[in-house]
Formats: sequence, C-alpha cells, structure tokens
Amino acid sequence: MANQVCFKFKQHNQAESWTLAAYQALGGYKVIKKILNEKIAPETLIAELKTSALRGRGGAGFSTGLKWSFMLPRDEAARERMKGVQKYIVCNSDEGEPGTCKDRDILRYNPHALIEGMMIAGYTIGASKGYNYIRGEFWQPYQRFETAIAEAYKAGLLGENILNTGFDFDLYTHLGAGAYICGEETALLESIEGKKGQPRFKPPFPASYGLYGQPTTINNTETLSSVPSILANSGEWFLNLGKPNNGGEKLFSVSGHVERPANYEIPMGTPFADLLNMAGGVWQGRKLKAVIPGGSSTPVLKAEIAMKMNMDYDSIAAAGSMLGAGSVIIMDDSTDMVKTLARLAHFYYDESCGQCTPCREGTGWLTRILHRILHGEGRPEDLELLDNVSNQIMGNTICALGDAAAMPVISFIKNFREEFQYYIEHGRSMVG
Amino acid sequence: MARIEIDGKTYEVEAGKTLIEITDAHGIEIPRFCYHKKLSVAASCRMCLVDVANAPKPLPACATPVWDGMKIQTRSPRAINAQKAVMEFLLINHPLDCPICDQGGECELQDVAVAYGKDRTRFIEEKRIVIDKNIGALISTAFTRCIHCTRCVRFGEEIAGVKELGATQRGDHMRIDTYMTDTVNSELSGNVIDLCPVGALTAKPSRFAARPWELHTAHGIAPHDAFGSHLEFHIRRNQVMRVVPRENVALNEVWLSDRDRFSYQGLYAQDRLTAPMIKKDGQWQTVDWESALLFAAEGLKKIPAKQLGGLASATATVEELYLLQKLLRGLGSNNIDHRLQQVDFSEKTTKAPFLNQRPADLAQADVVLLVCANLRKQQPLLNHRLRQAVLHNHAEVIRINVYDYPQNFPVSHNLTVAPHQLVATLAGIAKALDEAQPAFKNIEISEQQRAIAACLQKNNKKIKVLLGEAADNLPQLASIRTLTALIAKLTFATFSETGRYANSAGAILAGALPQQTLAGQAISGETGLNAQQMLSQSLQAYVLLGFEPELDSIMGATALQTLQNAPFVVAINGFCTEAMQGYANVLLPMALFAETSGTYVNNSGDWQRFTAAVAPVGSARPAWKILRVLANLLDVHDFAYTASDEILNEVKMLCETSAQTVEDSTWVLSAPQALCYLTEPAIYAGDALVRRATALQATADAQACHGAHVNQRTADKLRLSAGQQVKLSQNGGSAILPLVIDAALADDCVLVYTGLAESAGLAHDVGTIDLTAA
Repeated sequence: MANQVCFKFKQHNQAESWTLAAYQALGGYKVIKKILNEKIAPETLIAELKTSALRGRGGAGFSTGLKWSFMLPRDEAARERMKGVQKYIVCNSDEGEPGTCKDRDILRYNPHALIEGMMIAGYTIGASKGYNYIRGEFWQPYQRFETAIAEAYKAGLLGENILNTGFDFDLYTHLGAGAYICGEETALLESIEGKKGQPRFKPPFPASYGLYGQPTTINNTETLSSVPSILANSGEWFLNLGKPNNGGEKLFSVSGHVERPANYEIPMGTPFADLLNMAGGVWQGRKLKAVIPGGSSTPVLKAEIAMKMNMDYDSIAAAGSMLGAGSVIIMDDSTDMVKTLARLAHFYYDESCGQCTPCREGTGWLTRILHRILHGEGRPEDLELLDNVSNQIMGNTICALGDAAAMPVISFIKNFREEFQYYIEHGRSMVG
Repeated sequence: MARIEIDGKTYEVEAGKTLIEITDAHGIEIPRFCYHKKLSVAASCRMCLVDVANAPKPLPACATPVWDGMKIQTRSPRAINAQKAVMEFLLINHPLDCPICDQGGECELQDVAVAYGKDRTRFIEEKRIVIDKNIGALISTAFTRCIHCTRCVRFGEEIAGVKELGATQRGDHMRIDTYMTDTVNSELSGNVIDLCPVGALTAKPSRFAARPWELHTAHGIAPHDAFGSHLEFHIRRNQVMRVVPRENVALNEVWLSDRDRFSYQGLYAQDRLTAPMIKKDGQWQTVDWESALLFAAEGLKKIPAKQLGGLASATATVEELYLLQKLLRGLGSNNIDHRLQQVDFSEKTTKAPFLNQRPADLAQADVVLLVCANLRKQQPLLNHRLRQAVLHNHAEVIRINVYDYPQNFPVSHNLTVAPHQLVATLAGIAKALDEAQPAFKNIEISEQQRAIAACLQKNNKKIKVLLGEAADNLPQLASIRTLTALIAKLTFATFSETGRYANSAGAILAGALPQQTLAGQAISGETGLNAQQMLSQSLQAYVLLGFEPELDSIMGATALQTLQNAPFVVAINGFCTEAMQGYANVLLPMALFAETSGTYVNNSGDWQRFTAAVAPVGSARPAWKILRVLANLLDVHDFAYTASDEILNEVKMLCETSAQTVEDSTWVLSAPQALCYLTEPAIYAGDALVRRATALQATADAQACHGAHVNQRTADKLRLSAGQQVKLSQNGGSAILPLVIDAALADDCVLVYTGLAESAGLAHDVGTIDLTAA
C-alpha cells in the first residue's frame, strides 16, 4: 500500500523535490494564491479543517481546526480589541522523541508544503509572522528549509504585500540547541525568546499569551504541511482517506527490528500488521515481542495486542497506548526489556529541564533504581517502588515530560513483569 | 465576585485571584515552597497541589485562578497524595542533616516535612552533592540543600533588578549559580536569605552563631537611610544576633536593604565605649557616671554661652536632638547643627525633607525627574518603588546628577554634569517651561533641556520631581533646591526631597539648627553658628552627640583640627577612637541603635517610635538620659523627664501647633572650576555604626568607594593613570590615594568618598583641589 496516495512525498521520485520549481510543478502554492485572491474567510477555512478531522500530528492529537478557531475574535468587541495586535504562527519542528523522524523528511523533501501551510495558517489566524523551530541536530533539514524560504521570498511568496493582495507574511527559522524539552510548545516559545528552554505553566495558553506575550498558535510540521493538500481537495476528501474522527493519512516512522525501517505514509486506520509488512516484517525472521506505537514515551504493547490494533488515534488508545507522533518502535524476541527501559528512563532523566520537583527528582530516582537492577543489585521491592514513583510523577508536573518518563516504566513493568523479576533474582537478563 | 467551595465551606471571593491568595487570606493551610506573595508565580515546586473538582489532575493553588462554582479540596486523598509525593521527591536529595544546618529550626522544608514527610526513606541511591561557591561576604551558601524553588532567582529579576543568581544546567543537575559575576553584589542581596526556604542561602555574618529557638525578637526601625524600614532584632542573651525585615505594607513591604540588615555588627565593634572617661592632666581615666557628668558640667559652666557649640549626627533620635538643642539654648547658645555634610548654608530657613507622598504613590508615577539622587544605593527600597513605576506603569525617568549612578531600570534622559553646570541645566529646563520669567533672561535652553521640559509637561499624568541626598554635598545646594522646586511647581508635580539619614527630617523638626528651633520656628535673637562655622573657627567648648568629625563631617581634617584646638569637648558617643581621645575631655558612652528608645521621622513623614531591644553595652546609657542629667547639673529648666515618651509628647505637641514657613529663595549661576572636588559618604561608611560593620566593608559596593575617582579624559589631561598613587591637596587638607578611572563622572571632577579613614585627611574646600602624582 505504500506510496499510493502519498501527497507529501509524491515528489519523491523527482530529482530535487525540495525546490520551488518541483513543488510548483505539482500545483504548489495554488491554494494560498486562491485564498489570497478570493479573500476566503478564515471561518470557511477553519470549517473545512474541522470537516477533515485533521488532528495534531505532534503527539497530542488536538483538532487543528479547533485550535485555529481560538485565534479568531469571539465577537465584535474582541475584534476591535485585537486590531493591530501582533500574532504569531509557530511551527514545531523540534522532533526529538526517540523513534520519530517524519518531520525531518518533510523539511528535507517537501519544505515548500510547510511554507505554504504556515502561510495559510498565518492568513487564517491573522499572524503576519511565523517561526519554524527546527531541532538543533537537523542541520541538513535546516539548510533545506532556509533555502526554501529564500526561494519563496525571491518569488514574492513571502514578505510584504504578497502577490499584491495586501497580505504580509514573514517567516523565520530558529535552530534549537539540542534540548528535547524544547519540543514542548511553551518551552519552545521560551527558547525562541532566547531564554532557557523550560515549559510555562498553563493557563495562560499560547492562544492568549504566547510568543513574546502575544497570541500564538503552535502546530507540528506534519500538521501544517497537510493543510495545503486538504484545502486543495476538500475536508471531506481528507476525512475519507482515513476514518471518522481520525482523518487523512499519517506518516509513521517505523524503526527497530524490521527489515526496512523508514517513514511510511498510510491512511489512518490501516492495520498494524499491514504497516509491519510494508516495513518488511520483523528482521532476521525473528518473532515480534513488543511494539511502542507512538514514540518512546507511549506505553509499550505486547505483540499479540499490537497485531490486533489499527493505526489510528482511537484504536491505539483502545489497545492501551497512544498514537503519539506515529513513531513505531518494533522489538523482536531478543530484546532485553530491562535494558531497554533503563535506556529510555535515562533519556528522560537526561532531558528533564529540572524546573518542577516530581520530574527533576523522580526521573533521576527511576534511572538510578533501573541502573541498580541492571547491575545486579535489584531488590524485589524495587518493582513496586518503580511503579509507585512513576505514579507520583504522573499528572503532578508542569508539562507532559513527567508523564512521558513515567508511562514507559509503568507499561514495561506491567507487560513484562516476569523479565524484571528474573533480572532481580538472577542478576542477569532472561533473554540472554 | 465568585462563589467557591473549599473543603466543604462556601466563600465569596474576588474572581481572578489565585487560589492560594484566597486560602492564605482565610487561614486555610496549603504547603508551598516556590510561591511567595511578592514574587511572580513559578508553579514549579508542586507542593501546593490541591484537588479541584472536574480537573483531570491536581492543580497548583499558587497558579490556579478561582472561578465561580469552583470546588476545592485541600485535604482529600488526591490532594494529600500529590503533596506527599512532592514532599518525598524534595527530600530524596536533600541532606537530612538538620542538626548541623544553620536553617534548622526555622526551615520551611523542615516544617512542612513534619506534616507531609515520611519517617522512613525509600531512597537508597546516592544523594546529589553540589559544590559550594563563595558568593560574597553577606550570603553563605550550601547548594546541596537547595530545593530549586528559584525564589532567589526571581528576586534578582523582579525586585533587585540585577540577574545575579540563575538556575544553570538542567534536570537534577540544575543548580543555583552566579553568572556574569562571581559574587552577588546587589544592595538588597540579603533578602534572598529570608526567601530561601531551606538552608541553601544563609546569613554569613551570623552563621552558626545561634539557634532560632534560643532567640527572641524585638521590633525596631532601620537606622540608616531616610526611608525608615521596619525591622526585627533576633536577640540572644542581650545580644543582637541578626536583623531581619518586619513586614510593613506601606514602607519596606517584606524587604530590607543590606545596610539596614547587617549594620548591627557595629554594635559589637572593638572600639565600643563601655564606661565614662575623663581626661585629667592629659591622662584618660575611667570613672563612674556621676564623676564624669560632674566633670562635664563643671567644664561647660566656665564657658560663656556664645562660645559653646553643639553638633549632632542625624542618626540621633528626635528626643536626643531635641534635648541637645534645648540644653544649649537653655544655656544661652544657638550654636547647634546636625548638617554635617552640607557646605551651602545660604538658605535662611531649613525645611524637613519629605516625599510629600507615600512610597506607594511613587510606584504609580508616570514621569519622574530625579535630581542629585542615588536612590538605588542610598535608599534602595524607595528605589524599588520607583522601579515598580518604570516596570509596571512604564514611567519615564529623567535623571540629572553629578555622577552617573548605575540604575536598575531604563532611564529616558540621563544627564551627568559637573556641579557648576547643574544650576544652568536646571535653569534651562525651568526656562523651557516658563520662558516669560525675567530671571531667565540670560539662560540658553539646549535641545535636551527642551525635550526634558516637554517630557514633564503632560496633562493628566502623575509627575514627580525628586531632589536627592547628593545635593546636600554641593556648594550650589540652595540654587539647586530652588530651581528643582520651581520645575515641580511649573509642571504641577509632586515635589519630594529624600533626605539622607534616618532622622534627617526629625533633626530639623526637633530644632537642631542654629537659626530655627522646634518645628521650624525662627529663633528670637541672634542666629547661632552653623556646622561649617563651628567646625572652622574654634569655640571654647563643644558638646558632640554621636559625631566623629574627621569621618562624619564633609570638612574632615579641618573639623578635626578645629576640635583639637577647642579647650573643652564633651563627646557623647557609642565608640572611643584615638582621634576622640585627642580632642575630647569627657567621653560619655551612649546607647546605640537597638539599645535605646526614641523616634525617627522618615521621609514619608511617619514619626516612628521604637523601644530598646537590648540593654546597652557596658555602662552606656541612652543619650536622652545623659543630656537630661547634664541639663540638671547645669541648672537648665524643664528637664524633669522620666521617660522618652514625655520628650516626644512635648516635641509633637509643639510640631502640631506650629506651621513651618518657608521664605522664597533665589538661585545664582556658579562659575566653572579647573578641577571640581566632589564628595559623598561611602555607601557603608555614612555613620558611626555602619562603618564598623565588618561584613559590609567586604562587599563590592564598599570596595568601589576607595580611591580618588576621575574619568579617563580628566586623567589624561592630568597625565595620570589608573592605579597610580595620587596626591590630593587643598586648603586645609591632603590625602594620597590610588587613582580610579570612573566613567560615571563628568569631565574635570574628582570624587572622593567620605567616612573612610583613607580620605579623612581631606577638608572640603569649595575653592580648589590639586591632583598630582604622589
């Protein structure tokens, strides 16, 4: 099924698909031109997005149409008050979750789709400035995106009075410095402002107090890049690609123990088994042991449960995990779950910003216990303790990093308890 | 209004307030560490998590606004579990060595742990250790104890206005650290000690000296600047162990300047005078009070009234100053003064320096003109109010001074000029406001002066004009005051004078002046000699109250010389120095700040009474008692006081019944000088007590006051270079000091701070000063 209705990578077969010429040859920038020339009402665009059931591709899965609608004035009085207020559209390309690499490919192969998506967003919410926050390690994607911006400016697609329609839109790239936490939207805003990347307490939400204290919308790269295609066709079209409440196609980054790890764009609701097949199945003919379906922070699933689920928000939630950013990590039967969890826990410990107590102290504690178990010094009561500490972090922190650190621990111990018990008893792994 | 329910009880509250504000107001206990009512909300410690109906997660009370119909449970299992979880996390890496921690017994973490902590730890891993850092003489650090509440960081950003402490690193490597500088140099730095909920930041001067449960407290009033902060003494066995702020919404809120916090060290200086002493046949001997007072009275009796002078420091209380002038006037002399830092005495009447508004009003200002004011270092908490006006009200500040003091807020017009240009500058601004006045005929208006005038002429705006303490030291004082007041009048602004000392206003109201007595009433008969006259022409006898001539007087060496030439000097002082033993004939030990009762009048116009917190050191006695007995021995009438209140009542009664009249004053342009001599008291040497506070002397602010300061252009002109020893010579004095290049000065000015031993050899001479290589 791969590459059948792939609108984001439909130019893949072309040489230099990332150029303006290649994008325009396939109808690029037609949507924004139409919107600007016909001065289509923002409400109309938002209604179309709502119909499409496009949900945030960064992991939280919040309705994009609804999010944009927060930026429109509620009544005449609000419209008057908001006159002349600087708003911002910010794209979150700080793709840092272990297992995720989809946004990188959008930036590398289809940057103009993102620029057009951001322009549409800017037009809709009334923002004349946009920022794309790109992960610090993404040097080539950063260069590609910068080149694309330069091309767009040269072609008169960005800047002041775009195509003589009176619409102004400036787009800037901000290269991060490698902190995972800056993928959290308010930490990302702090980072753009030149401060230490630490999440803000909400409320106030970015829609009322965002970048530099101004109303701001933050969307994921994939979300924004999907917008031109949706509006070029229709909300209905996109919705029908997937299933109700889970519109469209979605990129899945398949990694781990498969023959062909890659990004796969498939309709929402595709069975997991099909996706696994596309990736060539479990490598070396081994057996599937576990799947993390949405990136390392989402709960791990046992093979038999994973094989029964479909790849959409609701189905994965029903299976006991989350679709997240669509980063599917495949583990075969040689995987040492204790070691895997210890590595994951260390990642979140390392990336905790340190601002709030449960995450700062709790992630360190989890890591140290797991490290101890891994070195043969585990105690039977440690499993209870790990579960307990994780639950003490869950829900008590400013941002979701606390939950992200806790969920793998809880799910690994719940699903593979006997492996942990074996490790504690014998001081070595059950799987050799 | 919103109707909310907390733990089953209904409350009518103001909508939009945070939950913790409501619970605090109603006495409902919610534990917290990062929240502080005077700082921004961080919501990061998570200790105040509570259970709100319909919320998916526990919410922090400090950051959750209340809404109508909200239902909160502070003690439900969900709330308690969240709070206990946070408590456990906070304790896993916190060293549980309370017995050796200076904060033990007054530690917020310790207190909350009693209620929310477990008595067994589940944490068996290695605890975090953080390397300490020496951040200066005032604050001691133990960063391993830090719980990362960031109160100290937010204090720097929001209150002190300098980001000296920050949270570096991340995760559990996060630590509080200094950046940019190695030390914390803010004049308000000591407040982080109070803010720190654990023993990570403690007071260095009082570290490990006492346990909180050994201390009892007493109230007091800060004895240095004219702001009059409220404070609390922590006392053990009749010794002040430390000083902390006492909350006063109208004045210092919850803050205290470092000077007011650490100057108590001076109480226990090595050179405290503990027993009366008299000089007989050139030999000093310690005697009992009766002999000393008789000796003083005998000596004074022989002196003709006109040959008798009285000088007092403006850190003395209203009662002491009132009795001193009453004693001298009772003996027939009007030679009394407290204006030891002044050189221009041309004004006929002296008005008490008042803000003519509350400090909180200043925080509401729209435009502020600061003339000769160094609020940040001299009155840090008044400066804090001004900074609030700039930050929250976007006030425009215009600053005109002889020295470009570093500010902690943006200033829209910043003028640094030599003193002789100051009058012309102010006159130019005044003329731009009212060109028709004939007095301004020959004044030129510069573009900047016109811009400043335009800034001050705004309708419906709160305009404030402040004349600061630095004007006192200038020979153009009268002209500066006249013109500044005129500018205020022309712009319909509130005119304020800040004053310099704790009792600058009180000293004037008490009548410690040669030309006016209590409450500004003109004296009948001949005007007495002022401080400058008394200290340049020797009288036959002096009574000195808390006054060290070579350090407290702007005339330094001349003052000392004059007193040395005087046949009979009675020094009522808390200390005994070699210089004193040189000129005095009787030394009467007086009780100092914290040891005596009395009243200070601050620049807000508050008469602030205080009582003695500890008994005086040795056999020292309150100065009002000394003066009373002296008066009795000298047969002066109406001195039958038995308590300081009686004196205060007498003063207040007279102050309330008489109004001050101020004559119209004039101004004159002053001539330029080849090299202008500027001086002001060093920040931590302005009075006898603070200059003996050792920790403060080690701060960067104190260190910056050493040497002779000139700017680079002036140094080049004189062919001098930084660090070089230079000789300053003038009529009546000289000193050799290292040269400091200071970009904050105007051209052709040299600044030397008074109150320091190194500059005591100088005498203020408005004529000339020579600066040559030593």
